[in-house]
Amino acid sequence: MELNEFLILSAFLFCTGIYGVLARRNGVLVLMSVELMLNAVNINLVAFSAFTKNVSGQVFALFVITIAAAEVGVGLAIVLLIYRNLHSPDLDEVDQLKG
Amino acid sequence: MWEQQVAFSVLALAIGSAAIGVVRSRNVVHAALFLVVVLAGAAAIYILLAAEFTAWVQVLIYIGAVVILFLFGIMLTRAPMRGEGSRLDNDQRWAAVVVSLFVLGVLIALLVDAFGGQDIHFSHTLVNLGRTGSVGRDIFRVYVVPFEVVSMLLLAALVGAVVLARKD
Repeated sequence: MELNEFLILSAFLFCTGIYGVLARRNGVLVLMSVELMLNAVNINLVAFSAFTKNVSGQVFALFVITIAAAEVGVGLAIVLLIYRNLHSPDLDEVDQLKG
Repeated sequence: MWEQQVAFSVLALAIGSAAIGVVRSRNVVHAALFLVVVLAGAAAIYILLAAEFTAWVQVLIYIGAVVILFLFGIMLTRAPMRGEGSRLDNDQRWAAVVVSLFVLGVLIALLVDAFGGQDIHFSHTLVNLGRTGSVGRDIFRVYVVPFEVVSMLLLAALVGAVVLARKD
């Protein structure tokens, strides 16, 4: 199979994630879009691992999965804190630094 | 060869439409369930690429842990389940469409230019590469230091999440 099929699928997934991060207002949905982008990276890493016949790509994909789990934990704690303080999960409400 | 092509086409179609579902759904719980489809599809793509261990880690960590965490987050922030869909998106939607289509176009042009016509050759070595033994050997021989750093990071993130979310 062509390498490019996997790479273009992952590029599409990444761009969907970009759209979600930019267009969503709810904090939980923004984190979900970040997960889409991280998954696009993982597909890339595994595809290149198969392309170069080298296992390093899969090891890096495992590291990315671990870091994504850590990121979701901290991110959801932050969204929860925003909800507790502002009574809304909307990220537009977080504008206390605006002059 | 054509069986893999058919499997890839079906998976790519499912992943693509579910990804659009994640970013366009008007119901937060539906978005989380679409995310499950994307993550399971990615795991199936890893199986297709003979990365067996990575695929099962993806199922365990993402579908098992991360999605559950998302559902907890949805429940705890009392996100709108239905009806109030317009509150989920902000008003820069069209700018976001333009930006993401621009990035997609640039990426596809670059990828076609750089890797056009290069094939992944499926063989027995590829299957051996994805086995748990070979991945584990590489982690604990070549990448020991990054592995320990990642475990420290995971511990720090765990403590950080507890400290942040704790009620005083």
